[in-house]
Amino acid sequence: MNDHSNTARATASNRAVALKNALKERELVPEGYIEKFTEIMENDFDPANGARVVARAWVDPQYRQLLLSDGTAACAQFGYTGVQGEYIIALENTPTLQNVIVCTLCSCTAWPVLGLPPDWYKSFEYRARVVRESRTVLREMGLDLPDEVEIRVWDTSAETRYMVLPMRPSGTEDWTEAQLATLVTKDVLIGIARPQSPTLSPRGNQ
Amino acid sequence: MMDGIHDLGGVQGFGRVQHSANSQSYKPVFHEDWEHLGYSLLFLGAGELGLFNVDELRHAIERMEPRQYLTSSYYDRIIVGVASLFVEKGAITRQRLEELAAGAYPLALPLGTGRAARPPATPFQIGERVRVCDEHVDGHVRMPGYVRGKYGTVVHRTTHEWPFPDTVGHGLPSGSEPTYHVLFTTQELWGDAADAGTVVVDLFGSYLLKA
Repeated sequence: MNDHSNTARATASNRAVALKNALKERELVPEGYIEKFTEIMENDFDPANGARVVARAWVDPQYRQLLLSDGTAACAQFGYTGVQGEYIIALENTPTLQNVIVCTLCSCTAWPVLGLPPDWYKSFEYRARVVRESRTVLREMGLDLPDEVEIRVWDTSAETRYMVLPMRPSGTEDWTEAQLATLVTKDVLIGIARPQSPTLSPRGNQ
Repeated sequence: MMDGIHDLGGVQGFGRVQHSANSQSYKPVFHEDWEHLGYSLLFLGAGELGLFNVDELRHAIERMEPRQYLTSSYYDRIIVGVASLFVEKGAITRQRLEELAAGAYPLALPLGTGRAARPPATPFQIGERVRVCDEHVDGHVRMPGYVRGKYGTVVHRTTHEWPFPDTVGHGLPSGSEPTYHVLFTTQELWGDAADAGTVVVDLFGSYLLKA
């Protein structure tokens, strides 16, 4: 390692806290800044946001058109904007196309609609393999697609942030927007999963 | 930098991704009580204080010694990158960090020189065939090595513009340019040693040539 001292490397936890305290003693950390930003990361950046966007696009053809032509504006209608969400593109799945998102160089993600990137998305395995072995990786993760479905992997190598617009499952024709949103998970929004087909009719749930 | 350890797309030898679709709820968002400091101190430096930008952070992480990069967790790499930048900008010292952490505090290796943008004279159009520059770059770059010299098709030009990472990643001022979503076949990228499919990479015009 690039360490000229003879002492052992401090733990990650100790180094993180040391950085915070070094900045605090230089009075560079405004009161409450870390707490406020952490609260936003833990609660405001939520895949449930992306799920609401998808559900709206499933029930409202005009909104769907807006989402596909100007994803940033469509997400902004819900207030999903800001850091890592300045330029959002929605990727439309079709019966012959499955879109999948990755960031091979680091782990960029559309935070406001997908939430912070999950551990597996940040793994060296996913970053290295999904661009080159997309079908194999998806199969290993539980999505076994027939050969006629093209898998298109989007590498988040600049500032565009992506979300997948999945196909609406059949059997959900009389579902409400809120019910539909429950089918859309973080994995669905990244593209390694498809929305589950409903096993119970919504009336059965009421 | 190009040819760095972080440039993992297409690198062989990695095993299964440790996750099954929809097997996790993703709460809690942070697993250890220090992890949130990675992003919150990043945005303290990049947003609130304006001391550096996110491209500089990406490059600082790339400048970590490769063995350190590979054996550090994601949030640890962010901490190392952010700490490196605060030290390089003169806000704090490495010595103070080591005193407070009660141990060694390895930081990113030194910053090299950046390079200027060379955007295309005329913007590329949707459907146009392009070739990625066949070049090797010393400093920060956001063109994954696996597309170097490869041919693809433009599927989108962004309506937004951003400063050139190879310049601003070195703390230098830069004009802004749109990026292009360029579609490649895996056959073009890796021949038969890949699953059939396509990959779209988001590339600055400065990385592209007319095919």
